[in-house]
Amino acid sequence: MQPFDGLITLIVFLPVAGAAVIAVAGREQMLVRRIALGAMILNLILATYAWLSYSANGPIIEQLGQYGSNPWIPGVNASYLLTIDGLSMPLVFLTALLGVVAVLGSWHVKERVREYHVWLLMLLTGVQGVFVAGDLLLFFLFWEVELVPMYFLIAMWGTGHREYSAMKFVLYTLFGSAFMLVGVLALRFAIGSFDMGAMTLAGQEGTLRAAFLSMDVIFLMFLAAFAIKLPVWPLHTWLPDAHTDAPTAVSVLLAGVLLKMGGYGLIRINVGMFPSEMEQWAPLLVIFSVVSILYGAAVVFRQTDLKRLVAYSSVSHMGLVLLGVASLGAVSVTGAALQMFAHGTITGLLFLVVGIIYENAHTRHIPDLGGLFSRMPVVGAVFVFAGLASLGLPLLSGFAAELMVFLGSFDAYPWQTAFAVLGIVLTAGYILWTVERVLLGPLKERWNSVKDASPADFVAMALLVLPIIIVGVYPALVADVFRDAVTLLVGGG
Amino acid sequence: MPEAAVWLIIAAPLAAAVFNGLIIRPLFGPVSRIGFDATVGAIGISFMLSLWALSVVWTDQEVVLPLHEIIRVDEFSLRIGLLLDGLTAIMLVVVTSVSLLVQIYSHGYMKEDRSYVRYYTFMAMFTSAMLTLVLANNLILLFVGWELVGLCSYLLIGFWFTRPSAAAAAKKAFIITRFGDLFFLLAILGIFLLWPEDTPVTFALSDPNAPMDLLRAGGAALTGTGLTLICLGIMAGAAGKSAQFPLHTWLPDAMEGPTPVSALIHAATMVAAGVFLVARFLPLFEEAETARTIVALIGGFTVVFAASMGLVMNDIKRVLAYSTVSQLGYMFLALGLGALGPALFHLFNHAFFKALLFLGSGSVNHATGTFDMRLMGGLRRVMPWTYGVFFIGSLSLAGIPPFSGFWSKDEILGIAWSYGGTLGTILFVLAVVGAFMTAAYIFRALFMTFHGKYRGGEAQEAHGTADAHETHDERHGATPHESPWVMVIPMAILAVLAIGSWFINFPATHWFTDLLKPLGAHVEEIQIVPAAIGLVAGLLGIGIATALYRGGAVSAPSISGPLAPVTNLLTRKYYMDELYEGVIVRSVLYERLWRFLAWFDSDKGVVDRAVNTLGLFGRNLGKGIRVVENGQLQMSLTVLSIGAVIIVAAYVVWGGVG
Repeated sequence: MQPFDGLITLIVFLPVAGAAVIAVAGREQMLVRRIALGAMILNLILATYAWLSYSANGPIIEQLGQYGSNPWIPGVNASYLLTIDGLSMPLVFLTALLGVVAVLGSWHVKERVREYHVWLLMLLTGVQGVFVAGDLLLFFLFWEVELVPMYFLIAMWGTGHREYSAMKFVLYTLFGSAFMLVGVLALRFAIGSFDMGAMTLAGQEGTLRAAFLSMDVIFLMFLAAFAIKLPVWPLHTWLPDAHTDAPTAVSVLLAGVLLKMGGYGLIRINVGMFPSEMEQWAPLLVIFSVVSILYGAAVVFRQTDLKRLVAYSSVSHMGLVLLGVASLGAVSVTGAALQMFAHGTITGLLFLVVGIIYENAHTRHIPDLGGLFSRMPVVGAVFVFAGLASLGLPLLSGFAAELMVFLGSFDAYPWQTAFAVLGIVLTAGYILWTVERVLLGPLKERWNSVKDASPADFVAMALLVLPIIIVGVYPALVADVFRDAVTLLVGGG
Repeated sequence: MPEAAVWLIIAAPLAAAVFNGLIIRPLFGPVSRIGFDATVGAIGISFMLSLWALSVVWTDQEVVLPLHEIIRVDEFSLRIGLLLDGLTAIMLVVVTSVSLLVQIYSHGYMKEDRSYVRYYTFMAMFTSAMLTLVLANNLILLFVGWELVGLCSYLLIGFWFTRPSAAAAAKKAFIITRFGDLFFLLAILGIFLLWPEDTPVTFALSDPNAPMDLLRAGGAALTGTGLTLICLGIMAGAAGKSAQFPLHTWLPDAMEGPTPVSALIHAATMVAAGVFLVARFLPLFEEAETARTIVALIGGFTVVFAASMGLVMNDIKRVLAYSTVSQLGYMFLALGLGALGPALFHLFNHAFFKALLFLGSGSVNHATGTFDMRLMGGLRRVMPWTYGVFFIGSLSLAGIPPFSGFWSKDEILGIAWSYGGTLGTILFVLAVVGAFMTAAYIFRALFMTFHGKYRGGEAQEAHGTADAHETHDERHGATPHESPWVMVIPMAILAVLAIGSWFINFPATHWFTDLLKPLGAHVEEIQIVPAAIGLVAGLLGIGIATALYRGGAVSAPSISGPLAPVTNLLTRKYYMDELYEGVIVRSVLYERLWRFLAWFDSDKGVVDRAVNTLGLFGRNLGKGIRVVENGQLQMSLTVLSIGAVIIVAAYVVWGGVG
C-alpha cells in the first residue's frame, strides 16, 4: 500500500480537527461523544493504513519546506518534517488505539462533556505529534502542547487533590522542558538546522559537536526531561499523584502513551544522537533502572488506593524500559521498545478496569472492596487477565518484552539484571494479592448491587485485550518493526 | 508421524478450552454437559495420538520435526518446534491417560457444581499447557508451557474462589513456584550469556540443522562455574514446581482445589514437571558434579522431611500431598545420581498410583463430605470399591511387591546403594527411612479412613461451613455410600495400572529403559540386598501403623506422650509457613522494609519532599499548592502561564539568533 500525501499530517491533526468540530457543533452530549469517537476511529484506521504502508514500503516522510534553501520557518531554519519509521509506527498506532479506548472510557463523564472532549482530543494530537516529529523544533512544540490539556483534564475532571496533582504534573514536566529547550537549541547551533535525521547521522558518526556546551551537558539536559517523563526514580513522585487524581481515560492515556514519550525520547535522541555519551552514562542509568523496578514494586505493596497501586506498578514496569535502553544492545533496546508497547496496552487496561470498578463501587479503597468477582464476572476476568499480563505471563505481550529486555541486559550487566529479575516475583506477589483482596473471597454485602461492565466498557476492554494476546502470541509483529529502527541506532546486525 | 499430528496433541485440548470458554459457557450456560464432551473428546484425541507417538518412538523410528524461526534480533534467533523422543513419549502417555481418566471421574465429582463448564475449560487448558511443556523443542517454549501450567494450577486451586482459604492457597502456590522460576529464568539468561559468541542462540533443545544445540552441545559448550549456576537455576525452578524443600510449602495448601485437580495437577503431572525438566537437561548436569550432588541431597532430604509431616496430618489429602512431595524427592535423588531410567520409571508408576489415591480420597469425600480422617472410619463396608482400590494404591506406594511402586523404588534404592561413598550412604539411609515412613503414613490413613467405626463425617464437622452450599465438598455425610460408576471405573483402571504399570519395564524386556537409552539410561540390575532392606522398612512401617491404628484409633496416645514436642513440630510443619509468611513477608518486608520505603517515597518522607523543594519551582510549590487547594484555580493558571511565557520568550530570543 502506498502512503498518500498528508497521511501523517492527517493522523496528527485529525483529533484536534475533531475538537474543533465539537467546539463548534457539540451541543448535545451524545453528539460530542460520537464526534470524538468517530475522529479517533478514523485515526485508528489511518494508523493501521500507515502501518500496512510501512510494512510494504518502509518509513514514511512528509515535509513542507526544505532545510537550507526554502525552510518552513526561514529565520530559524526549521522544517515541517514528519516521519514515521520503525520506532514511531507502533507508538502512533498505540496512541490511536488508546484514543478510541479513552473516548469509550469517558462515556460516563457527565460534567462539561464538550470541553472535556476538546481537551482530550487536543492531548492526543500533542502525543501523536511527538512520535512523528522529524524536526526537533516541532518535537519540542508537540512536547509542550500536551501539557495544557493534561492540566485541565486532571484539575477539572479529576478526583481528590486534583489541582495539586495537575499542577505537580505540569511543573515537573516544565522543569524537564526547560532543560530540554537548552539541549534543543544547542543541537540547532551544532547542526545549523532542526533536522533530527541530520543530528542522528552526525551523532552516529561521532561528528556532532556543539559550540559552547559539552556534549555531556546536552546529553544530560535531554536525559533530565525524558527521565522525568518516563519516570525514573527519584523523579517519579508526580506520577502516583497525577494517576490517582486523573479521570479514568486520562490515566489510561497517561500510562498508555504519555510515559512512552519519555522512552521514545531516550531512544530517539539520547541513544540515537549521543551514542558515546550514552555508553558512558549507561552503567549509572542501569542502576537507576534497577532501583526503579524494585523500589516501585516494593512501594506498591503498601498502597491502599487501587489507582495509586497501579501507578506505582507503572514506575516498576517503566524501569524495565530504562534497563533495556541503557543496556544498549539491539535485543535489549528492541525489548525496551516492545515493553513500551506492551505496557501501554496492559497498564492502560488495568487503569480502565480500575476506573470501571470505581465507577460502579464508588471507591478505590482496597480494604473496602472484596469478593467483587461474584457480581462482576466480566470486569473481574479482565482484571485478572490484565494482572497476569502485567506479571509477565507467557503468551501475553508483557512476557516477550520482559524476556527480550532481560536477555539483552543480562549480556551487558548480569548482576544488575539478576536483581531486576527479582521484580517478577514481587510483581506476581502484589498483583495476585490485589486480585485476592478486590475480587476473591465472599462478596461483601454492600456490593450486592454492583453492576458489571457496560457495553462501552466492554468494547474498550476488548480493544486492549486483543493486542495483548496477539502481540503475546506473535511478538515479532511489533518487535520486527521496532527492530528495523533500533538496529540503525545501536549499530547491531 | 506428520508434524501436524504432533501439534494436534497440544491443539486439541486447547481448542476444547477455547470452545468451552468462549462458546459453550456464554451460549449454553455454566453447567452445560457439552463442556464435558468437548474436553473428554479432545483429550481422547490427544491420548490416541500420544499412543501413536509412543509406538513410533518405540519402533525406533527417527522423529525429526522442523523448527520455525519466529523472531530474530541480532544474535538472538528464536526457533520453535516440537521434540519427540522417548522421554517425551513417556510423558505424553502419562499426561493424556491420567488426564482422560480424571476428566471422566470429574463428571461424577463436579456434576452439581455451578461452574461445571469453567472447570472443564480450565482442565482442558491445563492439559494443553502440560503437553506443550513436555513436547517443546525449545527452552523458551518449554518455559511458556511451564508458566501456563502454573497459571492453570492457580486458577484451579482457587476454583472455589469465594472461600478465602482457596484464594490464599492459589496465590501462595503461584508466588512460591514463581520464586523458583526466578532462578529458572536466570538460568535461561545465563545460557544466552555464556553461549559461544559466533553461534546464534536459538534456544532449541535439539536441532539437527544447527551447529550447536542445548542438549548436545550445552554441557560441552558451557562449562565451569557458569554451567553449575545454570544447572542450579534449573533445579530451583524444578524445586518450585515439584514442591521440593525449601519450596514445598505451597503443595499441601493447594489441596484447597477440587480433588480431581489434585489428582491430575498436584500428583501425577504438573508437579512431576520439575523431574521432567531436570531429566531433560541431564546432559548439562552431567558436566556439573556439584549441581548434581545438590539435586540428590535436596531430593533425599525432601523424601524424609515431607514423609515425616505426612505421619501426623489428619486431613487425608494433606497426607497424600506430603506423600507426593516425598515421592518426588525420590525422583530427584535418582536424577542427582545421574540415574535417568529409575527416576522416570518412578515418575511413571507414581503418576498412576498417586492419582488413584487422590481419586480415592475424593470418592471418600463424596461419601462423607469431609477430608478429616478423624470424622471417617469404617468406610470399607459401605464403599468396597473405593476401599479396594485405595488398598491397592497404598500397597503400591508402600513399595510392596509385586505392586508397581516396589519396582521403581527398588531401582532407586539400588542406585543409591551401589553409588557408595559418603553421598551414596547418606542417600540410601534417607531413602530407606523414607520407605519406612511412607508405609506407615499411608496405612495410618487407610486404617483411619476405612477401618473401625464410622465417626459421622460432615455432620460432625464443628467448623466453618458458611460456604457449604457453594461447594461440592461438603454436601454429604450422614449416610455414606459408594460413589457412582463414572467415578469408580476410572479408579479401577488406575488400580490395574498401580498393580501392573511396571510391566513396561519387566526385568526381562525393559522396554521402558530402551526408550530412554538414547538419552543415556541403562538397565539397572535388581539388587537383592537394598531391595530387601527397602521391603523390610516398608513392612515395618505397615506393621507399626497396624499396631497403632488398626482398631480405628483416631490418635495414638501411647506415642503422643513423650513424643508430644516432635508431634507438635510436625503438625506445625516445622514452622516453615510461619517463617515464610509471618516472619519474612509480613514482619520483615511488609511491616518494615516496604513500609519504610512507602514512607520514604511520600511527601512526608524524603523523595517526594526533596524533589519538590529542590525543583525549579520548588520553594513556592508548597505555598502555591495551598493556594491552589483553597480553590483558586486562577493562581495555578497564572503559574502555568508564567512558565509557558518564560519558555516561549526564551525560545524567541535564542531561536531568533540562529
